[in-house]
Parts: sequence; C-alpha cells; structure tokens
Amino acid sequence: MVSLAQQQPIQQSFNPYTENGGTILAVSGADFSVIAGDTRQSEGYNIQTRYAPKVFKLTDKAVLAVNGFAADGNMFVKKVKQRLEWYRHAHAKDMPIRSIARLIQTMLYARRFFPYYVYNILGGIEEDGTGAVYSFDPVGSYEREACRAAGAAQSLVQPFLDNQIYFKNQTPAPGTSFPQHLPLQTVLALVIDSFTGATERHIEVGDGLEMYVVLSRGSTALQSLQSIRGVQEITATNDGERVFVIRKELKKD
Amino acid sequence: MNSFAQRFSSSGPIAQLAKARGTLADDDDDFSDAVWGSEAGFGNVAKGIPTFTVPSIPDPTSFLQLHTDDHADPSCRIKIQHGTTTLAFRFKGGVIVAVDSRATAGSYIASGTVKKVIEINPYLLGTMAGGAADCQYWETYLGMHCRLHELRNKERISVSAASKFLSNLVYSYKGMGLSMGTMICGWDKTGPAIFYVDSDGTRLKGDLFSVGSGSTFAYGVLDQGYHWDLTDAEAQELGRRSIYAAGHRDAFSGNTVNLYHVKENGWEFIGNYDVNALHYDGPGDVAGSPGHGYGYSVRTEGISSANPPTSSA
Repeated sequence: MVSLAQQQPIQQSFNPYTENGGTILAVSGADFSVIAGDTRQSEGYNIQTRYAPKVFKLTDKAVLAVNGFAADGNMFVKKVKQRLEWYRHAHAKDMPIRSIARLIQTMLYARRFFPYYVYNILGGIEEDGTGAVYSFDPVGSYEREACRAAGAAQSLVQPFLDNQIYFKNQTPAPGTSFPQHLPLQTVLALVIDSFTGATERHIEVGDGLEMYVVLSRGSTALQSLQSIRGVQEITATNDGERVFVIRKELKKD
Repeated sequence: MNSFAQRFSSSGPIAQLAKARGTLADDDDDFSDAVWGSEAGFGNVAKGIPTFTVPSIPDPTSFLQLHTDDHADPSCRIKIQHGTTTLAFRFKGGVIVAVDSRATAGSYIASGTVKKVIEINPYLLGTMAGGAADCQYWETYLGMHCRLHELRNKERISVSAASKFLSNLVYSYKGMGLSMGTMICGWDKTGPAIFYVDSDGTRLKGDLFSVGSGSTFAYGVLDQGYHWDLTDAEAQELGRRSIYAAGHRDAFSGNTVNLYHVKENGWEFIGNYDVNALHYDGPGDVAGSPGHGYGYSVRTEGISSANPPTSSA
C-alpha cells in the first residue's frame, strides 16, 4: 500500500480547446467580395463530419468565416448574429460592415482572458459600395485587407494568393501594368484552385467547398455569376446588395 | 464623517441611488442597455472599465499563459501576434514616428501590412509593439477618453495626461497577461512630447525611444544620426533609415516602413516604403532621400571582396 505522502502531486490543467482543421479564405474586388471555406471538420486524424459549414451569412452585405475550434466558432457566430438582430430592431437597418468589424473586435476582446480559439475573416460590401475583407486574430486585433487565408492550410494558400492577387514577385511585361482589381470570374477560379490545391497537400482540408459571393448594388459581376452552374441566390432584403452561394465538391480522401 | 454615516445608512441619498441602480439593473440582468443601440461596442465606456470573461479556475493567468505564450511553448494553440520595430524621437521640428509592418506568429509571417501606428486622434499617435489586440483595443479606448476629456474641460488633453491614463489602466491589469510596449506621441501646450508606456506599468518621458525585437538595430542608426537641430527632411530620413536597418537585420521585423511626423497642428502621414525597395533603390523622390539604395553594395561597388575591382579580377 502506498502512503499518501509518497504520491506525486498530479497537476490538472484546464484545457477547453481543440483544433478542428479546415481552411477559410476571402478576397475583395472592386464591387464584390468572395468568402469561402471547406466543409470538413476533423479532430486529430479523425474526420468528424464532411459537412460542417464555416462560412455564415450575417446580413445582405456581410459574410463571416470562422476557423479554429468549431464549438467556439459556432457560439461566436450565434452571438454576433444576435447582436446584429438587436441592432436591426433598434435602427431599422443592417449594421454597416465597418461597424460589424469593430463589434467583432470588442466581442473577441471581451474574452481577452478566456479567448475564443477562433480566427475570423469578415467579407462583404462597404457603405461606399466597394468590396471589403477584414481579418481578425483570436483576441480581436483586426485589419482591412484585399485578401486573406486562415486555418490549417493558411501557409499553403496565402503565398499563392500573394502571387496571383497582389502579383508579388512578378514583374509586369515592359509597357504594361498589373490590374488593380481582378474580375469576379478570375477571383472565383483562384479560390477554387486554392482549395483544390490545399486539398491535395493538406489532410485536414477537403470534402466540400462553400463560396459566398456578395455583390454591391448594380455590380457588373452579376452576368459572370449567372453563367456558373449550381449558383444559388440567398439575398434577404431589397437593399441592393445581393448574396450568392456556390457549392462544390472537393476530394474526400 | 458625514459621508461615512451616509455610506451605511439605508435612507440616505447614496443608498437610494444604489437602490435605483439595483432596480434598473434588474430589467435585463445579463445585458446593459447599450447592446440595443450602436455604441461601437464601447457602450460601457460611461460606466467605467469594460468587463471581461475570465475562466472560473483557481489561476486564470496561468491558463492564459498555457494557451497563448508561444515563447514558452511553440505548439500552443492561440498565437498572439508578436515581433516589431517601432521608434519615435523628438526634435526641433516636432516628433517623428516610424514603424515596420510585419506581424509574426511563431516563424510564420502572418501579415506584412499591419498598421502599427494607431491614430488615437488628429494630434495623438500611439505605436504598437507586443500584443496587437491589446494595443489596438486600449489605444482606441484611450482615444474615447481623450474626447471625453475635451468635452468636459473644453481643452485638449496633454500627452502626459493621456499617457498616464493608459499606464494607470494597464497597471490595473498587471499580472493578467497584457503585453504592450507603446509610445504615446503628440504636441500639446508644452510642445512636442513622447511618453513610453508598457504593460508592466512603466511610464517614461523622453526624447528618443525604440521598442520591439528590432529596437537594438534601430537604436544603432538612430543614436549616431540624432541631434536636436535636425531639419524636417533629415529627421524623416533618419526615421526611415533606422526602421530599414531593423528590417534588414531582425527576422521578426520588415516588409514596409510607415512614417509619421507630428507637428504643431497635429500629425501628418509621410509615407509607406517597402524595405526591399529601400535596400536596392532607396525611398525615391522624397524629402531627405539619399538618391540611392540604403544597402551597402552601392558603397562597396568595385572595392569589396564580393565585388572586386576589375584589376584584381
């Protein structure tokens, strides 16, 4: 029999987090924004489900993608949606995206000492009609950018985007210059390529792809969108902005 | 003595006030009225310091460290962005503030376009080193209180008072894991001013500071080029050149330089310069530009061992 005095003390640590894999990505254009994420949810080497959405429509001008710990992410999206509903009741309009971005900062920072383990990317249309992407760290520091990838395959996708969207490490042919804003068709092709590429090389990415497209009022990108197979409109108001979702299959192995 | 009696009486004005507050709070106990409106999420500003969720365990600080301190454990889950070079110095023409734009999470460059100068208001700047969210959040919060000071006192807050507000605020969270090293820069009645404030509670007034992992490299250039009577162009060039030096030698700093100049009528954004372009081509056609790259290859052309004179080749 072992006496109590001889037993080593066991240290218990509080570990409420896990990592659920997957990748999210957003790109802004002149008058549109694309927000995408894969739908695989995993823990370690186990796939928990092949369809767990990571991208959520907040309003007709804002879409939020969350990545990291799925339970924290779902709860966070729920709370953001609730605050946006309260705003709608108080002001009879949708919250502008720059205000949603600041709201998300304060909501994340309120948990500074018990963080949500979530990386957020917010995409949509600014009040002036331009496409916007805001990216956040888990405790709320944020920045407006033109494109951002986060999650498991961030380090595979972001360099590709830097090269194809910011034209990093490319030199324009003599007498020409790179375009300031890419057309929607090009952006959608880049997003699909990003995810098929990440699926090939990262075990936590795959199964399905959800791409949300937010168009500003009277956007000329509408025609190129309507020619795409399987596009579905999910606009809720007649404010002018329109939201579409495109679903695609990714490899399942 | 009177106030002592009032505090413990149940019919005095203080007790009545407390009772009224109690009934108000009963309305909706979980949420303040602010959530119904848009108060930028800072609706709680009038009611004192915002409240934070803390895990209900004996030692919340060690919990936070366990999950966020990537220095102690590189595999920790929540990576808070780190690594920086920032500098500010005072001279006869005002204050120069220069920073890099790199954010790292471990060895990954999370962003190369970070705004590390926080525009608190048109005549106050704060710099960002340490936790990006801590700096962004608390300096925004500081900006709100500077505005309240203006409304209450009909005059702008001094740089000294603003920085002391911030240092007292972060001191109240000492030991909780906040991480910030910031310079509050501005121009008030006393002229140009810089205060260094960090999350340990340090607050220092000074002429010249550099903060962050690349600060030693920046100091090297800054100290040898600094004097009070710098012209505006010389001062701007010194700021730019110092951050370039840090970007060049510190792996955790780089990408671009953001340069600000604080003058009597508030701050002015001077420009954004790519560190790589500065190395090869210099800052281009701007005040103080040397007209060539900062890299020493332009000064060793034809005489160094790597690039020897043609006669010895």
